[in-house]
Amino acid sequence: MNDANHNFAGGVGLLVRGLRKSFDGQEVLRGIDFAVRPGEVFVIMGPSGSGKSVLLKHLIGLEEPDAGEILINGDPITTPEIAAKYRMALVFQSGALLNSLTVGENVGLYLTEHRLKTPEEIETIVAEKLADVGLKDALHKMPGELSGGMKKRVAIARALVIEPQLILYDEPTSELDPVSAVIIGSEILDLKRRIGVTSLVVSHDRDLAFGVADRIAVMAEGRILTIGTPAEVRNFNDPQVQEFLHAEFKREN
Amino acid sequence: MFENVGEILLLFWRTLLALPQTWRQRHKVMDQFFEIGNASLLMVCVLSFFIGAVIALQTGPILVERSLASAVGGVVGVAIAKELAPVMMAILIAGRIGSAMAAEIGSMRVYQEIDALRTMNINPIHYLVLPRILAIAVALPMLVVFAVLIGWFGGAMVADLNHRMDIPFRVFFSNLQDIVELKDVANGVFKSFCFALIVGTVSCHQGLTTIGGPRGIGRSVTKAVVNSIVLIVIFDYILTRFLLK
Repeated sequence: MNDANHNFAGGVGLLVRGLRKSFDGQEVLRGIDFAVRPGEVFVIMGPSGSGKSVLLKHLIGLEEPDAGEILINGDPITTPEIAAKYRMALVFQSGALLNSLTVGENVGLYLTEHRLKTPEEIETIVAEKLADVGLKDALHKMPGELSGGMKKRVAIARALVIEPQLILYDEPTSELDPVSAVIIGSEILDLKRRIGVTSLVVSHDRDLAFGVADRIAVMAEGRILTIGTPAEVRNFNDPQVQEFLHAEFKREN
Repeated sequence: MFENVGEILLLFWRTLLALPQTWRQRHKVMDQFFEIGNASLLMVCVLSFFIGAVIALQTGPILVERSLASAVGGVVGVAIAKELAPVMMAILIAGRIGSAMAAEIGSMRVYQEIDALRTMNINPIHYLVLPRILAIAVALPMLVVFAVLIGWFGGAMVADLNHRMDIPFRVFFSNLQDIVELKDVANGVFKSFCFALIVGTVSCHQGLTTIGGPRGIGRSVTKAVVNSIVLIVIFDYILTRFLLK
């Protein structure tokens, strides 16, 4: 808990305590506890339906928990005002770009709507952030003209405009080919190196998780089974964890 | 429909509270306004011309047979200004614009674009709902004024050309001027303003509460149009009673 409250290198510490959530009487989160250190890449892995995405929505304020609390740098995120103190961004699984806006307008949307910069400054920042994710030529394209991987990179650029202290990624490599997945993974590591942002990645992609994580939590049926470094998790002696980590398709004969 | 009335009223109230944001959202309001005009102007012309024509055709010969030719202009004028133009245009707009609003916002909801707005601290009511409701509230009354004029023209044309009536243009409009008061047109325009608020709020509400993928979007569009039309007809009666006093 102490290291979660200690801020360094631009990132924030995140602490989740006793988080519970039910939908229509079905418990989706059954008491989640974990801490993310400032500047670290923390990956939450688990099979589909384990509650990872619901957990992510709680962290960004899109869902309210039935019980438990979420603290950022020690502040409980109970009101929008406190949440607004910290800059957080979520990179959605689908990218969630606004289809009616160009790539440039999508990336600059936060600044435009909150009138934080002049139009000229916004143009410069947008070009810079798109260049950061290797998409400077996509400025005037519509989201419909982009591939899945490009959409996710634009979503990352849109997150970067906020100058986030915490970036949450929801299944960043889903529906991507291996090459695009590697680009996204490299992007996550590059952001950690360059701006020291705290990253929380929710994924069931084992390659991505073990490639980028400082620490990994494995989740199943609304609970966290284990938390540790990639090596610790790999050696964690639990049948559910081992089954998830080593599941692979075997062809007869 | 009626189980959502509370939610629809709440959305309307929140939109009213967002009114101070109007200046900030003016470009989106203008975009929506021109989109509504572009999408409906031609249809408004065709529909209102033929409504005027058919009303003249239905009522004209009966009135002429009873030596009431001088009433044709007034009957067509009042029917169009007070009732047919506001109601028919509101139904047209519910089908043409309300459905598009529900589909657009519904698809934004299904594909998490609205969640993305929230994560950026952008209020979807300010960004999506307010510009649409304001634009439709301005556009529909303007379209109704336009529809009234075209409808009168349609009625006058039929009254002039139909051999069972043979009422010249000038006589038709002179009769119309004797009977139709500015207040009648104003009543129709006021009604259309209320209908615009209904169509805008119901359609945005349906969009914002869409669940379940493409099928859910289809359901929302249907509900937006049907609920809007039902509410337009109910409120037409209530408003007419109120305005007749």
